[in-house]
Amino acid sequence: MANNQRIDEPTGTETVGHEWDGIEELNTPLPRWWLWTFYATVIWAIGYVIVYPAIPLLEKGTEGLWGWTSRGQLEDSVADVAEDRAPIMAAIADTPIQDLPLNEELMTQAVAGGAAAFRVHCVQCHGANAAGSEGYPNLTDDEWLWGGNMQEIEYTLANGIRHPGAPLTRTSAMPAFGRDGILSAEQISVVTDYVLSLTDRGPANAAGAELFAANCTVCHGADGGGLRAFGTPSLNDAVWLYGSGAEDIRAQIVAPRHGVMPAWEDKLDPATIRMLAAYVHSLGGGEDFMEVAQPADEVDGEE
Amino acid sequence: MAKNDPLIHHSPLGDYQARKSVHPKRIDGPFRRFKWLIMAVTLAVYYGTPWIRWDRGPYAPDQAVLVDLANRRFYMFDIEIWPHEFYFVAGLLIMAGIGLFLVTSAVGRAWCGYSCPQTVWTDLFQHVDRFVDGDRNARMRLEAAPWTWGKVLRRLFKWAIYLTIAFWTGGAWIMYFADAPTLTVDFWSGQAAPAAYITVAVLTATTFVFGGFMREQVCIYMCPWPRIQSALMDEHSLLVTYKDWRGEKRGSMKKAAKDPAAYGDCVDCNMCVAVCPTGWDIRNGPDISCITCGLCIDACDRVMKEVGRPRGLIDYITLDDAKAEAETGVVRPAWKNLLRARTIVYFIVWAGIGIGLLFLLGTRTHTEISAAPDRNPAFTLMRDGSVRNNFTVKLRNMEARPRDMRVALEGLEGGSMWTDEISADAAARSLEFDVPADQTETIRVYVIAPRGTQSQDFSLRVLSLDEQGESDTVETRFETPGE
Repeated sequence: MANNQRIDEPTGTETVGHEWDGIEELNTPLPRWWLWTFYATVIWAIGYVIVYPAIPLLEKGTEGLWGWTSRGQLEDSVADVAEDRAPIMAAIADTPIQDLPLNEELMTQAVAGGAAAFRVHCVQCHGANAAGSEGYPNLTDDEWLWGGNMQEIEYTLANGIRHPGAPLTRTSAMPAFGRDGILSAEQISVVTDYVLSLTDRGPANAAGAELFAANCTVCHGADGGGLRAFGTPSLNDAVWLYGSGAEDIRAQIVAPRHGVMPAWEDKLDPATIRMLAAYVHSLGGGEDFMEVAQPADEVDGEE
Repeated sequence: MAKNDPLIHHSPLGDYQARKSVHPKRIDGPFRRFKWLIMAVTLAVYYGTPWIRWDRGPYAPDQAVLVDLANRRFYMFDIEIWPHEFYFVAGLLIMAGIGLFLVTSAVGRAWCGYSCPQTVWTDLFQHVDRFVDGDRNARMRLEAAPWTWGKVLRRLFKWAIYLTIAFWTGGAWIMYFADAPTLTVDFWSGQAAPAAYITVAVLTATTFVFGGFMREQVCIYMCPWPRIQSALMDEHSLLVTYKDWRGEKRGSMKKAAKDPAAYGDCVDCNMCVAVCPTGWDIRNGPDISCITCGLCIDACDRVMKEVGRPRGLIDYITLDDAKAEAETGVVRPAWKNLLRARTIVYFIVWAGIGIGLLFLLGTRTHTEISAAPDRNPAFTLMRDGSVRNNFTVKLRNMEARPRDMRVALEGLEGGSMWTDEISADAAARSLEFDVPADQTETIRVYVIAPRGTQSQDFSLRVLSLDEQGESDTVETRFETPGE
């Protein structure tokens, strides 16, 4: 094959001597600078292999003179971001939560930071966008068992609800009227019908009203509106944590379920808890502060 | 084929070929003057444009042409393009592409010969060569001369000029991306962004290397455009052609005087090769090396005039016309090739896109609304049984002044809305916002509808509360748990 080299007439260029179905290739010389470019890339590659991790070995690859790792690069950039954020975090930690909305810039940062922290610590129970699910409260609505202003939310975040071992945790328990034999099955049916009547889902029955007044009013209020001091849910609205049907309500009277929320004080820094409170408050159902300037750590009962 | 045959221009020996220096001779003529004109215009446009001021009022930059990457705005005189209108830029790029097709099919490699930056800057650097080292012969002598101190100094001086031009070129580029006077001050006081310095360094280096040293090597070995051009040209495209039927057999005046019948018009003076900026011998026929700048036409016409023969031994001519001329001797005017189906179709497409873009530009509104409902949760049931949906509403004010806008609910019986700024107590069916100049205002809007509302489509309508009274409507959906 290679002995078929000849000079191509029209171009005056030598052919490489190969021929495929009558097609020949001209042996056009490459410009020499192209060759130097190639050598330059080779030298570059050698340098690259020396300073960067390159060659896979049995246990791990070569590390390179510069000790670069993608993990290290990530850690550096995370540290850079943390450094950039440090003044904002410090400012948030130093600002009492009731003053946070006064500083628009800080509030914006807090809500954004809270959104990020929420995705790490809260979505497991409350859902990706805080919509909750059965037994886990929806944080986007206007139903707040323990209060929905930023101060109350922050307290709940810090101390949790029924969190074992947290001294200031919010706590309450509903008696198991059925399981512990406080009410008979028939009485529970009557009370269930009465509770349904509070949301216009049946006629009010006098027997139920009597039982309700005797057993339930003390925590849930005379009108079933709930009491925030005890974290008791209102029974006369559209929001039901454990389901709104007759069977759901009956089951809750027989043997109530109680959710537990962790106290985050030991796990997260105060600035993050504050940012989470700002974020949860911003989800659309947040309440305004009640009378100003109550000490933040006092839990007031609200109507 | 003999080794000394003029058609053998590549050495058949060796795998690599050293670059042969090109020292084009000075020439004057219509094409050279046209090249001067194009060069002056393109360089003036390139270096000067960022410095043109354009008053847009207090809320917008006053630079006529500005690609404001940081704020994602593109300003070109009275036109302002937002990122969502990038199709205007895409349209311009498509027009530029089709424009190149049009030019190539009509007049061949005119882009390469006159207006390609590689050509313009190579030309500029070759003028520097001529200015420092003299014309072709002097430069050839100097190149062959040994490296004396004089030559070193001369070379350093020349490269310093190269570097200055290259730096100026790189420096001008960044001026398109920021306010030119401010950036100039920042640049020299070390306060400009690292990207500015890196860009200038890279462009200085490429201009220095490509314009000062690589030159025709870029066209011949690196540029993809000539490869595409060969598919765009046909037998009706203009080419710089040596009319071999008229020129051959070449011979000096002396030889021709002895035996006029044996020789053609070409006096073999080599002027066409001497002036060629890429070092090509046009008498070998068209080649990737020929950028069709027409300088050899100027050179040959001049010689033909001196020896008293008709001009145009080398000329712009199409393959078809060349064939006809060779057979019949009739010279067809070159412009007759400009109007033909292919060029007309290209022109119609090109102009159609242009008119379409102008129409879009003239009819676009400067007020827009968009609404994105929260997907999760799609709705929130409130204590009183009413249902709330959250929307991220964007109000776009594309005027360079702040404007008041009113957003109103259309449809959704009994619905009302509020925002983070406007409290739920003040919920209403229409809300007013002050949208900053030339900005998109992003607002969280909470829309609430009474108990029993069914899932349904509804609209949000924005109206600008100024004499323009522009409006825009977006249809979206209200979700409820249903019954």
